[in-house]
Amino acid sequence: MEHAEDNIQVIPPNKEKIKRLWTVAGILAAVTAVEFLIAFTMHHGPLKVSIFVGLTIVKAAYIVGEFMHLRYEVKVLFWSILIPMIFVVWMLVAFVYEGMAIGELRF
Amino acid sequence: MASTTGVNVPAPGRSVWDGGVSPMGASYGKLMMWFFLLSDAFTFSALLITYGLVRSSHPAYTGSPEDFVFSQEYWPIPEKVFEAVPFFHGWEAPLVFVGIMTFILIMSSVTMVLAVEAGHRMDRDAVEKWMLWTILGGITFLSCQAWEWTHFIHGTGVGASLSFNEYGPPDFAAFFFFITGFHGFHVFSGVCLNFMVYYNTVTGVYQRRGHYEMVEKVGLYWHFVDLVWVFVFTFFYLV
Repeated sequence: MEHAEDNIQVIPPNKEKIKRLWTVAGILAAVTAVEFLIAFTMHHGPLKVSIFVGLTIVKAAYIVGEFMHLRYEVKVLFWSILIPMIFVVWMLVAFVYEGMAIGELRF
Repeated sequence: MASTTGVNVPAPGRSVWDGGVSPMGASYGKLMMWFFLLSDAFTFSALLITYGLVRSSHPAYTGSPEDFVFSQEYWPIPEKVFEAVPFFHGWEAPLVFVGIMTFILIMSSVTMVLAVEAGHRMDRDAVEKWMLWTILGGITFLSCQAWEWTHFIHGTGVGASLSFNEYGPPDFAAFFFFITGFHGFHVFSGVCLNFMVYYNTVTGVYQRRGHYEMVEKVGLYWHFVDLVWVFVFTFFYLV
């Protein structure tokens, strides 16, 4: 299993790009640590839930934008992926609202 | 034909949608991976949102967290359920173990993106190295989940099954099994795909093909698995 095509050039690593990836990883770890801190210091309530949801969206943006490279893709591709997510937002609002109504009827 | 470069410029007077160029600047395989992931995102959203519906239709525990006891009457507080760590039996460490699992998955996402970067540079040895680390991360995560499930099922007596559990209403365990199970199955598939990519890298398939785009496509899937875990972590364990 010798290297069949040794004529293929290996490009040296782009230090700046790799540094950026580790920075993103650091941000993700830091945000998770903050979530931990909030989980045990804050009183449970709507504010706590919204902070968690906000931080989760921050993490999701970094993963999809940087790791999955979506930020750097063509705009058509970017919006083709993001716009359908509106349905998920609507589903979340409708279902949780419905759930609370069911709870009031049952209990 | 598999071009990974940016948008091609159409001939003068013609739109990018008139054919002959790729308007989205991505190959067919990569686009299909994106749209598959979009549909998979809908599936996971449906599961998590249904969890939200069922949870919000059950009474919530209203007392102080210190006095919390497990009951069928209200939905349990997750941090009271998930508080064990392997090898530290009897030590109360709420959410520490899932925190470790989250960290493992994020790290394996980083090694995956480093493998993709190495692939762009045609650096076969580096792709092999980073793919191995990614596979290792995936297997570690699955092992952690196996322990987590075992602990959840055995519990402190009655434990949990699909019809009854000691932590709260039956739906609580059902959702735990369904959501983390479905995610775990995705991780398992990801590890298999990663292994395939590793194997093809070692045997020089991509070297002969002239590009490492397959690492990128499987990488998208692997990051998605990490992304879903971020949401499961928030909505199942934190909220």
